[in-house]
Amino acid sequence: MARAATTTDVFNAVAEPRRRQLIDLLANGERPVGELARALAIAQPQVSKHLRVLREVGAVEVREAGRQRLYRLDGRALKPIHDWISDFEQLWSDRFDALDDVLEELKEREGGDDG
Amino acid sequence: MTTTRTAQVTLPSETEVLIVRELDAPRELVWKAYTTPELVRRWWHARRGDVTAIEIDLRVGGRWRYAMTAASGGFEVAFHGEYRELVPCERIVSTEVYEGAPKHEALTTVTFAETDGRTTLEIRQQVASREVRDAIVATGMEDGLQDALDLLEQVAAARR
Repeated sequence: MARAATTTDVFNAVAEPRRRQLIDLLANGERPVGELARALAIAQPQVSKHLRVLREVGAVEVREAGRQRLYRLDGRALKPIHDWISDFEQLWSDRFDALDDVLEELKEREGGDDG
Repeated sequence: MTTTRTAQVTLPSETEVLIVRELDAPRELVWKAYTTPELVRRWWHARRGDVTAIEIDLRVGGRWRYAMTAASGGFEVAFHGEYRELVPCERIVSTEVYEGAPKHEALTTVTFAETDGRTTLEIRQQVASREVRDAIVATGMEDGLQDALDLLEQVAAARR
């Protein structure tokens, strides 16, 4: 079966909603695939497919525990996304901080108009 | 006392960017600060340069244009678009084009929701593709693509 050729980096890997759900679930700790399938209410092969994509970009790790394969998150792979969004957040935070100052002044002025 | 609150940025889908921030003011005032050119001029700079133009023709079909000169590098950064839907104190839908990449038009929906005298401002940007979304976030929407990393580095350095 042909593999999806479009998923090459972590940004692309987490762009898919199901995979973001998987990341959320795994953020709570290590899970076997069956449990993930039940939590998402989708078939196990589909979950496995998504997990494989996440593993390819290093966002998820797997280990054997007896007969089970347990999946867990590797936060290091997700850090570029976090950093990337953080810069954008900083821009908007600075913008909103300046807006706060304008609003404070408006509140004082409007309050003064009533008196 | 003013506390600094971080804007929440999320990527709800492959083609959307969502920015959410709560403001300590009723929405009438937030609307005013958001749509009055003299007031927008005072906050849109995000402390990264000097605002050179704030044009707002607040009616459906009316045009808007914001421009600033970035403190680092001195180049101009400008955006413009057209208002598509306006509900006073509630909602603004407009198109948005970064003049450095005029082929990529975003559709921006701003909503103002008030609870107990505080306003939650939501800015949702819908773009044509994931690549455009990534470019928007990567550039912080205020810089030419080629200068984005330089600017971020300088901003980060200035903060130390």
